[in-house]
Amino acid sequence: MTTLTAPPGTGDTGRGVRASGHPRLSERARDEQRLGWYLVAPAVIVMLAVTAYPLGRAVYLSLYSYRLTDPAAKEFVGLRNYGVVLTDSLWWQDVFTTVFITVVTVAIELVIGFAIATVMHRIIFGRRTVRTAILIPYGIITVVAAFAWQYAFALDSGFVNEWFGLGDKAWFSDRWSALAVIILAEVWKTTPFISLLLLAGLAQVPEELQEAAKVDGATAWQRLWRVTIPNMKGAILVALLFRTLDAFRIFDTIFIMTGGAEKTESLSILAFRQTITRTELGLGGAVSVLLFLSVVLIAAAIIRGFNVDLGQVRGD
Amino acid sequence: MNSLRSRVGWGLAGLAILVYTLLPVAWIVSLSFKQGDDINNKKFLPSHWSLDNYRTVFDTNLFTSALRNSIGISLIATTVSVILATVAAYAIARLQFRGKRLVLSAALAIAIFPTVALVGPLFDMWRSLGIYDTWIGLIIPYMSFTLPLSIWVLSAFFREIPWEMEQAAQVDGATPWQAFRKVIVPLAAPGVFTAAILTFFFAWNDFVFGISLTATNNARPVPAALAFFTGESFFQQPTAAISAASVIVTIPVIALVLIFQRRIVAGLTSGAVKG
Repeated sequence: MTTLTAPPGTGDTGRGVRASGHPRLSERARDEQRLGWYLVAPAVIVMLAVTAYPLGRAVYLSLYSYRLTDPAAKEFVGLRNYGVVLTDSLWWQDVFTTVFITVVTVAIELVIGFAIATVMHRIIFGRRTVRTAILIPYGIITVVAAFAWQYAFALDSGFVNEWFGLGDKAWFSDRWSALAVIILAEVWKTTPFISLLLLAGLAQVPEELQEAAKVDGATAWQRLWRVTIPNMKGAILVALLFRTLDAFRIFDTIFIMTGGAEKTESLSILAFRQTITRTELGLGGAVSVLLFLSVVLIAAAIIRGFNVDLGQVRGD
Repeated sequence: MNSLRSRVGWGLAGLAILVYTLLPVAWIVSLSFKQGDDINNKKFLPSHWSLDNYRTVFDTNLFTSALRNSIGISLIATTVSVILATVAAYAIARLQFRGKRLVLSAALAIAIFPTVALVGPLFDMWRSLGIYDTWIGLIIPYMSFTLPLSIWVLSAFFREIPWEMEQAAQVDGATPWQAFRKVIVPLAAPGVFTAAILTFFFAWNDFVFGISLTATNNARPVPAALAFFTGESFFQQPTAAISAASVIVTIPVIALVLIFQRRIVAGLTSGAVKG
């Protein structure tokens, strides 16, 4: 549309096709290109400054034995740090914990989130109230939510044991019960996000299809699986992708509740402990790079495996 | 159409959602009013309501400076990030240029990035640049990690704005830049606002950068300060003080949610489903 507006005087050879066969851009179109890049550049630079460069730095440092408190002893060790990490049972224990938390939370959240989305879609009286309330867990600080749930289950201050007659159950001194509380806090905090994505998906399902299925004698269960869910597949996959990757980097809740004790440590906590607490930037770099690669693998697996429309996820 | 029975049924389900969302909030509020031995009364409500914890919290430098840091850092990061995102999203929604998909792919990659993987190198870099434990040291990562969502929300909004308006302005002699500033920006203001709220939530919520890139009251934001309340001996009962501090920092969140419910919902779902 804009390629026909080269101003007179400059467009003598500009119009038409270059020898290479590519249509040559008019001055106007070239201006548009340039403006496009000028406008996008600041955002791109800021995004990359804090991701691409530090990531490159993590890769570089991961090849060294390097402790911040002892810079003189920095030494190139090749891939040895990766060998150390991958042969350590702690790494694999943390992989298991992280994957366990991710799978369980996302599975629960998809079910509860779908139920909440359905209610928000159908409810008439109190619709606005419910939609406002659902945003509170979304907006609340994760650390605050973690404290609230921790205190609720704590031996001294908690009301949960009292309410359910559990006596002196010490939730945080056993791996599985601690993980249960961590998962509960995560589910509470992040289900609203999933339910809002699913609500938007539900709004896309044509009501006529539901009516038609009902007339044809489909049960509510059949309508759910044959009409509703197939018609909102896109929204479900986007929710699944974002929440899985978000759950996989779980940090705040575990840090507050157990600090990683009782074998509840996640990969993010491990990376933090190596780099910040122990200032082992070399070994920590290897953990960080492996964590990053895991996220890339998971993203690729979900996008490929479920055939997610990347354009829709990306917003183009 | 809807029978009374189903209406009551959905209403009850809605009530269940309210209990689900509000119970932990009510609990931390209740805890924040407990005092002394009451904290361990194992009941949901205090037997005696007291404002002591709030007094303690506001008398604690750790918290008041953290509150100042959080407000300042979040507001600055939000403002700058939204300005950059607005400009970038305009280009993405309106202009033809090579590399547009590359920008969107980069944004997606950053949105799913495991932030902890960066704190080690950033810790190192910020120390050598001299911005470790400063406001700017947190503002920069907050901007980077909120730009993707802002760009999505805003380019979705910009696509809805009628092309003709901009063209009309250009026909009337406006340059592309003027068309952007005088026509598109006012039309896109609601979208900009939505992006700002979501960005603010991110910055307000952040914990990973907050504990990794700060060391003192100089820049430590509230979530990190809350974590440091624990184990500090000058509180006899950090539980109640943390609860009171938690309630205080939840108030802005609830206020934003109550006022801008519709915008937040629209913003969160705009990228996910295309109408």
